[in-house]
Amino acid sequence: MAFTVLVLARTRNLFGVVVLSGIYSFLMATVLIALDAVDVAMTEAAVGAGVSTVLMLGALHLCKSEEAKPAHRPWLPLALSTATAALLIYGALGLPDFADPNAPIHQHVAPRYLQNEIDVPNVVTAVLASFRGYDTLGETTVVFTAGAGIIALLRRRKGKRGSDEK
Amino acid sequence: MKNDLVLRVIGKLLIPFILLFAVYVQFHGDYGPGGGFQAGTIFAAGIVFYALIFGLDNARKVVPDRLVEAMLATGVLLYAGVGVAGLLLGGNYLDYFVLDSDPIHGQHRGIFWVEAGVAVTVCGVMLKIFYMFASRGERDRDVP
Amino acid sequence: MSELIEHFSYIVTIFLMVTGLYVVMARGNLIKKLVGLSVFQTSVYLLYIAPGKLIGGTAPILAPQYGAYSNPLPHVLILTAIVVGVATLALGLALAVRIREAYGSIEEDEIITLDHRGDDLRNQE
Repeated sequence: MAFTVLVLARTRNLFGVVVLSGIYSFLMATVLIALDAVDVAMTEAAVGAGVSTVLMLGALHLCKSEEAKPAHRPWLPLALSTATAALLIYGALGLPDFADPNAPIHQHVAPRYLQNEIDVPNVVTAVLASFRGYDTLGETTVVFTAGAGIIALLRRRKGKRGSDEK
Repeated sequence: MKNDLVLRVIGKLLIPFILLFAVYVQFHGDYGPGGGFQAGTIFAAGIVFYALIFGLDNARKVVPDRLVEAMLATGVLLYAGVGVAGLLLGGNYLDYFVLDSDPIHGQHRGIFWVEAGVAVTVCGVMLKIFYMFASRGERDRDVP
Repeated sequence: MSELIEHFSYIVTIFLMVTGLYVVMARGNLIKKLVGLSVFQTSVYLLYIAPGKLIGGTAPILAPQYGAYSNPLPHVLILTAIVVGVATLALGLALAVRIREAYGSIEEDEIITLDHRGDDLRNQE
């Protein structure tokens, strides 16, 4: 996966980039299954590898598919990224170990969710729709708003073309 | 891509099952992995697949633009409506326990409708986005 | 050294995150920037999901024969985040398409140059 990402960062042909990001999404879905997040993996495979690849290809069709050579050397971003990475790794050493059952995340609200109070075996669905109904309502509204925004951006007015530049 | 025999045959064979799988994911979400978000995207992906193989105009005949735009709003309203139904029946907003005489059953009913709302909105948004990008591309080709 | 192995998942996450950050900062092409942003976003998925895993645990679908489950809460949060993420990604792509129509380019440098030229023309008038 790391290798795919590195190639992704270097490739200049945007078509290749899009295909690689599809592959990357599939790999990510596999990793998520290994981490027991089946629901998330399913969504990632359908959304990341399916829908968003198609969308990117659609957008590429509207733009040209070759990236220009960057005018300046990327030393500053590289240095900044490395510094951020070093800082984050230093910070991550203070986090709980991988799969530590005593980590705070397993102590707080999760045990109550897992008690199956409302008799729905798939806890993810139960938490999504019932315990955290407000969250999901908000998320649905965000998705709706994004859709409305895209309609506003890409809809052509009847009669004349959308852009009035020249 | 429209005239590729292999794609057309395989597409005709697979698309019903993709849509069926989406419905299964939707209604089996309580017991196995799945739910509104997944079902919505899988359903939309099936239609996008259809549009890629058989052309955008045919897909527009199957799922017209008006329907998609209505789906966008219906899902959110359905979700919010479940909350209001809870209010009317004397509970809090989005309180599913009052939706049925048996609280557990009320929960199931609430989850069902909420998931349906999510699926409808997500599917509508995905399809709308795809239509928008695709139709813009085609019209640009006509007007070079 | 064992410290590093125990925190391997975090290190992978950080690597992905920083690569995404680098792509966003160093590349001028708007679509490339969006891809970088989505790599960054996936790293956040991993950051949330990885701590929820329990060794010997199983996916959070309750069944009598299993005792330990992964934590369902991060799964819920990330599930919604993925779908919202693709919706916002599409919004970004739509913006890129509009920019391309207005400026004829999606390279950041060229857009800035065009902008400056427009400003200069306006000042001359």
